[in-house]
Amino acid sequence: MASQIHFLDIKGKPLLSRDYKGDIPSNTIEKFPLLLLELEDENSSDYKPFINHQGINYIFILHNNLYLCALTKKNENIMAIIIFLSKLIQVLTEYFKSLEEESIRDNFVIIYELLDEMMDYGIPQTTDTKILKEYITQDYYKLIKKSQDHLVQPPNALTNSISWRKDNIFYKKNEAFLDVIESINMLINANGQILNSEILGEVKIKSHLSGMPDLRLGLNDKGIFTSNNNSNPTNGSSGSEENAKNIELEDIKFHQCVRLSKFENERIITFIPPDGEFTLMSYRLSSTQFLMKPLILVNCKTKVHKHSRIEILCSARAQIKKKSTATQVEIIIPIPEDADTPKLTPEYGSVKWIPEKSCLIWTLKSFAGGKQYHMRAELGLPAVVDSENLVSKKPIKVKFSIPYFTTSGIQVRYLRITEPKLQYQSYPWVRYITQSGEDYTIRMK
Amino acid sequence: MSKLSMSSALEKRIRAFLQGPRKGETYELRSGLVSQYKHERKDAIQRVIQAMTIGKDVSSLFPDVLKNIATYDLEQKKLVYLYLMNYAKTHPELCILAVNTFVQDTEDPNPLIRALAIRTMGCIRVARMVDYIEIPLSRTLKDDNPYVRKTAAICVAKLFDLNPEICIELGFLDELKSLIKDSNPMVVANALNALYEIKDMNDDNNLQIFIINEEIIKNLLLCLNECTEWGRITILTTLNDYSTNDIEEANHIIERVIPQLQHANPSVVLSSIKVILHHLSIIQNNDIKQSILRKLSAPLVSLVSSSIPEAQYVGLKNIRILLEKYPQILSKELRVFFIKYSDPLYLKLEKLEIMIRLANDNNSALLLGELKEYAMEIEPVLVSKAINCIGSVAITLAGSVIKSINLLINLIDERGGDLIINESIIVLTNILRRYPGKNDLITLVIPVIANHINELNSNDSLSAYVYLLGEYPKYFSHLSDKLKILIDGFLEFDSSLQLLILTTIVKINLVLSDSQSQYSNYLQTVLELATKDCENADVRDKAYIYWRLLSSSSSSDTKHQIILSKLPPIKTTISSFNPVVLEALVSELSTLSSVYHKPSFTFIDPHAYTSLQSESSDGGKKRVKANKSNIEDLTKLAKAEIINNSKNENLLDFDDDDNGISDNGNGTGSASLLDELNDLFSAPPTSTSSIPSSADSNTITTNTNGGEGSINDILNLFNTSQPSVTQDFNNLNLSNSTSSSTTKSTKPSQDLLDLF
Repeated sequence: MASQIHFLDIKGKPLLSRDYKGDIPSNTIEKFPLLLLELEDENSSDYKPFINHQGINYIFILHNNLYLCALTKKNENIMAIIIFLSKLIQVLTEYFKSLEEESIRDNFVIIYELLDEMMDYGIPQTTDTKILKEYITQDYYKLIKKSQDHLVQPPNALTNSISWRKDNIFYKKNEAFLDVIESINMLINANGQILNSEILGEVKIKSHLSGMPDLRLGLNDKGIFTSNNNSNPTNGSSGSEENAKNIELEDIKFHQCVRLSKFENERIITFIPPDGEFTLMSYRLSSTQFLMKPLILVNCKTKVHKHSRIEILCSARAQIKKKSTATQVEIIIPIPEDADTPKLTPEYGSVKWIPEKSCLIWTLKSFAGGKQYHMRAELGLPAVVDSENLVSKKPIKVKFSIPYFTTSGIQVRYLRITEPKLQYQSYPWVRYITQSGEDYTIRMK
Repeated sequence: MSKLSMSSALEKRIRAFLQGPRKGETYELRSGLVSQYKHERKDAIQRVIQAMTIGKDVSSLFPDVLKNIATYDLEQKKLVYLYLMNYAKTHPELCILAVNTFVQDTEDPNPLIRALAIRTMGCIRVARMVDYIEIPLSRTLKDDNPYVRKTAAICVAKLFDLNPEICIELGFLDELKSLIKDSNPMVVANALNALYEIKDMNDDNNLQIFIINEEIIKNLLLCLNECTEWGRITILTTLNDYSTNDIEEANHIIERVIPQLQHANPSVVLSSIKVILHHLSIIQNNDIKQSILRKLSAPLVSLVSSSIPEAQYVGLKNIRILLEKYPQILSKELRVFFIKYSDPLYLKLEKLEIMIRLANDNNSALLLGELKEYAMEIEPVLVSKAINCIGSVAITLAGSVIKSINLLINLIDERGGDLIINESIIVLTNILRRYPGKNDLITLVIPVIANHINELNSNDSLSAYVYLLGEYPKYFSHLSDKLKILIDGFLEFDSSLQLLILTTIVKINLVLSDSQSQYSNYLQTVLELATKDCENADVRDKAYIYWRLLSSSSSSDTKHQIILSKLPPIKTTISSFNPVVLEALVSELSTLSSVYHKPSFTFIDPHAYTSLQSESSDGGKKRVKANKSNIEDLTKLAKAEIINNSKNENLLDFDDDDNGISDNGNGTGSASLLDELNDLFSAPPTSTSSIPSSADSNTITTNTNGGEGSINDILNLFNTSQPSVTQDFNNLNLSNSTSSSTTKSTKPSQDLLDLF
């Protein structure tokens, strides 16, 4: 798929390279910095994550001021290459905590070893960190025993049909922790109207289970039933849309351990989980029926007195059930870059001025449903101001999390755990959290 | 040496002081490599690899590194292999020296080592490798362990790359084909991958690499659910290459692939969509077709909600292709494509492209509101694109024209600025060209444009304005002043604008000639300017044509017909693909052509791969044919190179090495190196004979017992692998054919036997 893979710094200078096929001259990558410069120089709109130059295709992704670039001559599956590169980042991040220039320089050897296991002759092999960790030797904590029986062997799992779990896992106490996390992305205009909203749901599992357990997850009927209608329009293509008052889980994605055909045919979620933490499924709900109004509504009025000061009056209301409480609420309000000498008076919580990010952060540790609070801020402006600067279009961003609550109403009915050989007692736990997604934003007037 | 030390002791000492520890790096590494302590050796190899990565030439350490390969310590072994892999490319002649160790390692009890050995052998692109690889490869292809088999499958492609003739002659291609039916899904996937690689490399038209038949497809469909994500992509690719006329079968394939749409990996999803669309083409029943197409909309949308912007971008590019083929597929999904503040610019622009293609009468109000927000953003490219998109909505949807125009006028009033005014005026003109002669639109647009004439500074916006002047002169007040400004600046304008001004003034003269005669002055001036003072030939020619036409005796009707002919209204400003290109792109979804929006043949040189291949294989053949003693040449070459390297190294080291201790090491350095080399070239088969000498030399160079240690390791290795070697020899006897290469490869084993 890829002939070469390179790690490059932000200027395009190679840090580490692996040539898988030898069909492209090894100095080709030296052209990359120039090509990159051209891409950014000409016109910022021309930047794209791929370049075709003299018959060579450069496909790259940007991560922490690093470029990961794959080279190929053929008309390859670019989506697969980009996903492979992102998986490579994921694996290396799990190894080094953070993948950046320095961690690459410190870990040449292990990166080579990983690159060779993850891809052979340009063909992706495995990208599962847990399995890779089983047989990658460059792990200083794991000493390799001398005697024959303890030799590191390729884990069976690597080539099994269950490629994500090794044999002989044992826990004294068998537990499975299930988290249902819904991230809300919402775009609200200055009048408090929702322009766009979506719920990105995830069911995460932390599995501490012995042997090869077979799990079966039951969600509340609504979820299962309507998703059936949704992805099988043949069953009642005309009727399904009218009675779509129920949850319409759109676009469900499963971890590779879930038996997809079983789900497709019987709407049952069964799987043998990987050990440890993983995301079992994710789903998306774009329909606004669950979110008639913003969960946290922020209304912000700014008054600019040219050449002297800016006044900000901000109010926030938690539009959630009285019983629920939002925690760790942060309201990030953009202010002009050159504002200074803040006078901050929150009715509740605390406000901080972050000059390097040109914003105010209003933090409310806990925010009970139905409450409303105000905050007043005043900042000085320099006498000479370019009026264009003031029209900062940055939106207000809100971060929050609401425990014990899912916006969509999805619920786990049961998590049945059976291990045919070991037959142990096991304990499933479930938690629900609704939180802000990457983009919970309110446009300023 | 003595001369040097005689010359100036002081200067040397200063130099030694200044450059001391760094100078002897290679020396230090070498002593580390032959250390008696395992952790020191390991550490040294790691440092060698590090030095290699940052571009230092550490090939002089090759023999020392290679000695460490004979060990039970997998970590150390892997390190040596890493070093070898990297030098395989640049110093193949060195790597061939390690070939015997590779062959042995393919019989190791640990499957990881077997796989490692065969993988590395395949990476050493030297023609001679072909002779050695046959037996290990055929052995590993039949290995019990699937991990070894899957690695060996890829090695067949590597061998084909090196020498296609031998690869086919020895039957590896057929063995590879049989692996498609392997019990292990990973092996199946890699066998397919290898076959695809071979197919791309093959330049022999008579050679049929592999045919996908119904039976293989059945097997693959069973494998599909068992595979890793990457295996699934391979199988999906194969399913896409397969065409059937059997509706039943196509249905079955689609049914089996649909569950994959729910996979977490976006490339699996996109590949599945591609397969489904491919097989959908032969299904006749429209209801079934529509219901399957409906199932694709949610997965397509999911490509845009990926957390990797680059992947989202590829998704968007593919969606743009699919939208043209199946315009209804995402008709309800407009909101998903709304721009997020944190999106990179290239993503924002591509999202706009999708949004205007999804515009319909139901969502136009929503879309226009959104576009207005974008037009208020900071990035100029995004702003002008948003304005263009507002125009596209007006041009596509007749019902939204007034709304769009008002939106643009609002933008000009509220935000203003050069960029917005210029872009808006171009767009407004385009809208009028879509709905020509509509009085209400014209009265809405013209006054706004007239108010901002002084702010027009781009060629395009001026052109738009001049065109409108000529088309609707009656709607402009103070027409005469406006024309005067244009004529005054005539010679400074771009030639395309000059052409337009010329036409406009001629048109105005024809239309308004009855009432006002002042325009004829302008006509006279402009014609003279264009014919006398203008350098552009096109402008001059056009002026002459007008001039002659106007002064000719032909009736005014004819003149009107020629000069005032109406342009056909524009239909759309949304770009679309030519149908042939579209078909090609749909069949190449998810590939590079889908993001370049060009069919693959336009940017991929079909011979780029094969020509380079045939070149190297020609070279390979020549070398094979040359003679068997070639290896001696190679060893000589390698020796020479190593000695040169070490000499250079030593020369550099001389300055600070005058303390006597390392002097010793240097003096004997190259000599002992030679010994070791001889040792290596013959080892392991004949190492018995050279043990004493190499042990001696080692003790001299490094005053440690590392050399002995490693030789013991080698000996140990022989002891343990004895049974398998003999067994192998038996195999050899069985498989011994008349082919010359086979007899050649038995030689090492013969030697091995001698050893025992």
